[in-house]
Amino acid sequence: MTTALREDAGAALEALGTMWRIRLFEEAVEDLYGRGMMHGTMHLSIGEEAIPTGTCLNLVEGDQITSTHRGHGHCIARGADLGRMMAELLAKDNGYCRGRGGSMHIADVATGNLGANGIVAGGVPIAAGAGLTNQLTGNGKVAVCFHGDGAVGEGAWHEALTLASMWDLPVVFVCENNQYGMSMSAKSAFKVDLSAKAAGYGIPGETVDGNDVVAVAEATARAIDRARAGEGPSFIEAVTYRWRGHSKSDKNRYRTKEEIAEWKGRDPIAAFAHRLLESGLVDQAQLDAAQSAARDAIRESVVFGTKGEDPDPAALLDAVYAPSRVDATDTRLQEASR
Amino acid sequence: MSTREMTYSEAIREAMAQAMTADERVFLMGEDVGLYGGAFGVENDLIDRFGAERVRDTTISELGIVGMGVGAAITGMRPIVEIQFSDFTAQAMDQIANQAAKLHFMVGGQATVPLVIRAPGGSGTGAAAQHSQSLEAWFTCIPGLKVVMPSNATDAAELLLAALEDPNPVIVLEHKLLYKQTFEVPETFAVGRLGVGRIEREGSDLTIVATGVEVQRALEAAEQLAADGISAEVIDPRTLKPLDLPLIVSSVVKTGRALLVQESVRFGGFMGEISASIVESEAFGHLQAPVRRLCGLDVPIPYNPDLEKAAVPQVGDIVREATALVREW
Repeated sequence: MTTALREDAGAALEALGTMWRIRLFEEAVEDLYGRGMMHGTMHLSIGEEAIPTGTCLNLVEGDQITSTHRGHGHCIARGADLGRMMAELLAKDNGYCRGRGGSMHIADVATGNLGANGIVAGGVPIAAGAGLTNQLTGNGKVAVCFHGDGAVGEGAWHEALTLASMWDLPVVFVCENNQYGMSMSAKSAFKVDLSAKAAGYGIPGETVDGNDVVAVAEATARAIDRARAGEGPSFIEAVTYRWRGHSKSDKNRYRTKEEIAEWKGRDPIAAFAHRLLESGLVDQAQLDAAQSAARDAIRESVVFGTKGEDPDPAALLDAVYAPSRVDATDTRLQEASR
Repeated sequence: MSTREMTYSEAIREAMAQAMTADERVFLMGEDVGLYGGAFGVENDLIDRFGAERVRDTTISELGIVGMGVGAAITGMRPIVEIQFSDFTAQAMDQIANQAAKLHFMVGGQATVPLVIRAPGGSGTGAAAQHSQSLEAWFTCIPGLKVVMPSNATDAAELLLAALEDPNPVIVLEHKLLYKQTFEVPETFAVGRLGVGRIEREGSDLTIVATGVEVQRALEAAEQLAADGISAEVIDPRTLKPLDLPLIVSSVVKTGRALLVQESVRFGGFMGEISASIVESEAFGHLQAPVRRLCGLDVPIPYNPDLEKAAVPQVGDIVREATALVREW
């Protein structure tokens, strides 16, 4: 995979399409929210699309990911169905979580997406636990843990890296350093490059340009191969920038318009498209087709989502507990066995 | 049925060994559960029998190991995570409350979290305020979690086996004072049932509902009360969530009086839930006296042995409260 994005037009266009689907999905979500058609809150990853895209194209069936509150990109890059995602954000019963989870809890367990997470660093030990399953069962799978720079300040992050390192678990920690943990700048918070912290756990650490999908794909491919070979976890810091605010409440008081504008000039999608054209791997018509296919897919997802049924309040208690054979109070099973 | 004798610790160890033998997905991880044999000796030689892969010594990382238990559980394993003292669940609370308990619901039922957390609680060992709490009420108010509180060796083993069969996260709150006590147990342990309480002693004048170590104190108190002409029925709910409320209600219907005994603090405690449930039920019309709670004082567990005893209900306290409940009403 390491050279595919440079040499294989199909792979390159697929990656570009994934980045477009993420971008356009989030723009559609923002639009729906602005028009009052979506409730709650959301965390957009516009500007950060290269990281999930570059990482997930190295994964095979059965590999797991854990995601974050800013997780639409991870979900899409791991191959989630856009319609069921949009339905979930629209709080519909045919959404991934039957309208129980919303944006911060989308999961697609069948494809190894163990879920977004509303708690910063909540998914980090969970990914390590998936890695432990992989090691104990010898299934050859790798768990990728997406997390932000803010997670590095959490105890959960430290504990998970400590244990993953001690046990040489097949886990790759991909830190999307978008430079702000809500308003706290990573530069103020951490006196070293985040990748330097990996040395403290005795695992490889590398900083890459998170807006360069090829650099991300190549770095994560090395780390994933290493994990799959049983050589243990790695940490990758992918430096990027979130164009939008932390969530809808953000007034951007902690950063300047100039800074935001500068990073918009480093658009990962435009940069990759430009690179593909320059190299002659693809032509403009192919680029346009990739974008337009993504736009169609997002339109369809909005149609699918808005057509969904609202969940039935009578079924609210359905999935608090899974049905149990050993729980005498599980009336569903008692009824079923009658 | 033939029986044998065994300590509470030995019963838990045997149940874990039984589960690990029967199901290769079961493994144990925790602080000092391997080479050390467990802080209370519960694991003892398990590492020799099952190896360091399945009896895993961890770093001192409660949040990390519970989180790894969640991750392993949702990907197909059946982890048992031991938290050395239940007080340390405070370190792990995000993974217990926000992850393990909620995941099945949050993802619309796509994933299950068959995770078992074992954690010893309770006072009486001179371990003072950070190693002696009874924290069951922290867990019973979290939808998605099941809470077990075994008061004897058979329940400790059989409800642990049930917890391992259950597809939901279950926290088993063992009691440190019971670990070295010997109990009569069956020849083999069966898989128990969650949500089934037990009448430990039948009686007609009042119902004593007790949890954890207070169950045997209540039984001892019932013996003394009998000598004084008071017939106490003693109920051990065994699992707090799900709760066998019908058993408690029917007992109170019969006796007309309820004394609720827990080691944990009174304010916001689990017995407040049982009390409210009794007065909301058909037992209300049968009550001959107000429902009474006898609980730990609203104080951190102190170090001095006399103070420590004074902080939680003892046998004499139960006798006194039960007598008052019967004689004054």
